[in-house]
Amino acid sequence: MAKQHVSFNLNGKHVDALVEPRELLVHTIRETLSLTGTHIGCESSHCGACTVDLDGKSVKSCTVLAVQADGAELKTVEGLADADGLHAVQQAFIEEHGLQCGFCTPGMLIRAYRFLQENPNPTEEEIRWGMSGNLCRCTGYQNIVKAVQTAAQTLQQA
Amino acid sequence: MIPAEFEYHKATSIQDAINQLGAHEDSKLLAGGHSLLPMMKLRFAEPPTLIDINGIEELRGIRLEGDTICIGAMTTENELIESEILQQHCPLLVEAARLVADPQVRNRGTIGGDVVHGDPGNDHPAVMLALDATLVLQGPGGERQQPANGFFLGTYWNDLQEHEILVELRVPVIRQGVGHGYSKLKRKTGDYAVAGSPVVVELDGDVCRDIRIALTNVAPMAIRAEAAENVLRGKVIDDALIEQAAAEVIAACDPAEDLRGDIQYKSHMAAEMARRSIRAALQQARG
Ligand SMILES: Cc1cc2nc3c(=O)[nH]c(=O)nc-3n(C[C@H](O)[C@H](O)[C@H](O)COP(=O)(O)OP(=O)(O)OC[C@H]3O[C@@H](n4cnc5c(N)ncnc54)[C@H](O)[C@@H]3O)c2cc1C
Ligand code: FES
Ligand code: FES
Repeated sequence: MAKQHVSFNLNGKHVDALVEPRELLVHTIRETLSLTGTHIGCESSHCGACTVDLDGKSVKSCTVLAVQADGAELKTVEGLADADGLHAVQQAFIEEHGLQCGFCTPGMLIRAYRFLQENPNPTEEEIRWGMSGNLCRCTGYQNIVKAVQTAAQTLQQA
Repeated sequence: MIPAEFEYHKATSIQDAINQLGAHEDSKLLAGGHSLLPMMKLRFAEPPTLIDINGIEELRGIRLEGDTICIGAMTTENELIESEILQQHCPLLVEAARLVADPQVRNRGTIGGDVVHGDPGNDHPAVMLALDATLVLQGPGGERQQPANGFFLGTYWNDLQEHEILVELRVPVIRQGVGHGYSKLKRKTGDYAVAGSPVVVELDGDVCRDIRIALTNVAPMAIRAEAAENVLRGKVIDDALIEQAAAEVIAACDPAEDLRGDIQYKSHMAAEMARRSIRAALQQARG
């Protein structure tokens, strides 16, 4: 099948890529653009490890076609830190031990980043609801919830 | 898991989508993609052409027209949840959307895709039955309006005609004396229903003037438990009548046995969901 040209903004940089229509966005990000922070867990839209930020919304990049991202604004976990250092959600995951093996973490971070813009001052229940598209097999979620709470506080003070 | 090869086209308008469906044999519309792409990855579906309708603005948005709420087919679950019109005038749809999948899926999945996809686990078909919704469908022959009641014919089988596209869903605003109830049992957040039951009741004083009890995932498609409705219609609903209706719900169920449970368990859970929804709807209708 002929490849199609797509271009989008990824973590603040303009990128061009040639993709087959059937190519999933997560593969373009990981394999063509070599940004392997975004993980593939289940490949079936359940686990959230592949979560990216697409036009200001959290989506599972294993269930979006790369051709559908043409013209979009994309952010992956690599786009969170800036010249001043780690993003508040990253710092909070370190402080609260919000990870063990780390496999789910990129998805957790980029989802938490968006969730805290949707709801800057969430209750614990709202955090659990807002993060419910991301599975973790290690932590039992307690420290992930704490990390999101801590990040919320930091971001509100900033 | 990558789908089989296909051609990809973007439709620019409803008419363009209909023309493209006609021009490409066996093509399929791509809405939120959260049922279609998983099926294509598993090769349960191998359409040679996808027609992406995400760019069609006329298919999005929620508006109030008199006593009717018109919901564009491409409105996402999260847009349903955030809609002030629905929060105020149709709480059932907001409650149902909140229990569909998870935040990421709700950013992509659309009400139209959910209504026409045909998986008995989809939540919106039963919600449309309970609300007595009307589907606005457009095809090569023009537009037609089809009541939800009668649209769902079986698993992956409904009254959508060849090259037709679901454009809009129309539901009535909730009125004084009307109540909505919704209950869905699921094993975990983000799962499809073990059983679900949306209920809409209309009271005339204490008397039940009309009631619609719909069921999710306990038959080949979304159904109305009509025998249960008949037990309650025209009566002052009390606990004993609710128990009689619950027995009729069990009798109406025809679920598939799977990891979510066996036939008896699912049927009894459907009855329990219906009981809870009837009580919640009554409470709301009484104000
Ligand atoms: C992890 C997960 C959990 C889920 N949990 C639930 C749940 O709890 N409850 C639930 O109801 N759903 C659930 N779903 C399904 C999800 O909500 C889907 O989004 C929905 O079933 C289909 O909508 P879509 O917009 O994604 O449609 P698509 O997947 O794009 O399309 C589905 C089908 O409908 C057709 N179609 C779409 N739009 C139109 C239209 N306007 N006119 C004509 N044909 C059209 C397509 O051609 C295709 O055949 C879940 C999905 C996932 C991945
Ligand atoms: S890899 Fe996409 S949701 Fe699991
Ligand atoms: S830290 Fe191991 S899966 Fe979450």
